[in-house]
Amino acid sequence: MVLVDAITIAFLGAGLFFLFVGSVGLLRFPDFYTRLHATGKCDTLGAGLIILGLIVHHFFYYPGTILITVKLLFLILFIFIANPTATHAIMRVAYKTGVLPWKLGEGRK
Amino acid sequence: MEEVEDERIGKNPPWSSDHLRRMAKMISMFLATGLLITIAITLSLYRVVVGPGVFNRTAAVNVIGTKTIVLLVVMGYYFERPYFFDIALLYALINFVGTLVFAKYLEKGELWS
Repeated sequence: MVLVDAITIAFLGAGLFFLFVGSVGLLRFPDFYTRLHATGKCDTLGAGLIILGLIVHHFFYYPGTILITVKLLFLILFIFIANPTATHAIMRVAYKTGVLPWKLGEGRK
Repeated sequence: MEEVEDERIGKNPPWSSDHLRRMAKMISMFLATGLLITIAITLSLYRVVVGPGVFNRTAAVNVIGTKTIVLLVVMGYYFERPYFFDIALLYALINFVGTLVFAKYLEKGELWS
């Protein structure tokens, strides 16, 4: 049981690390494309890791309610499909409407 | 540490005091996780307010929506209400569809053609 708590806390810490890396990348990168490069992957992985840790917690602390675990697994699956698709859609629209990528030597846009 | 033996479940059944103490520790962990996710959302809110252009704002709103899904699931474990997971699923759908619709509107200038 203590091992289960340790695994859950490790998953939560890893997910929080990735969420914070995504937020700092959204703040610090110089360009729209580089900002989405940072957040589109880090947020997906961070959300997946945190919900995976909660699944481990649920599986050992609330036995007998397997439907909620399936619900959270479906939530992970949907986030892993939908979040990169949304990122790609907004980035494709920005490229089509003429937002130029950042080059070395330019200022922050 | 108090060891409780039950003939059906085994050591440490869910009504033992040891189990309740561990549960309280994990619930405080969920509170800390929710507060840290809130700080990350506040950091992303800067890009929504001052980000130059509409694309930065849309991307930041999408990021905040993803973090809100995780915050809803963690809140469901903090309050011990499993109904928050349904709200999280619905929020994931609305976030995805909203971002796609806004991208299409920015590209074509209309939604129905």
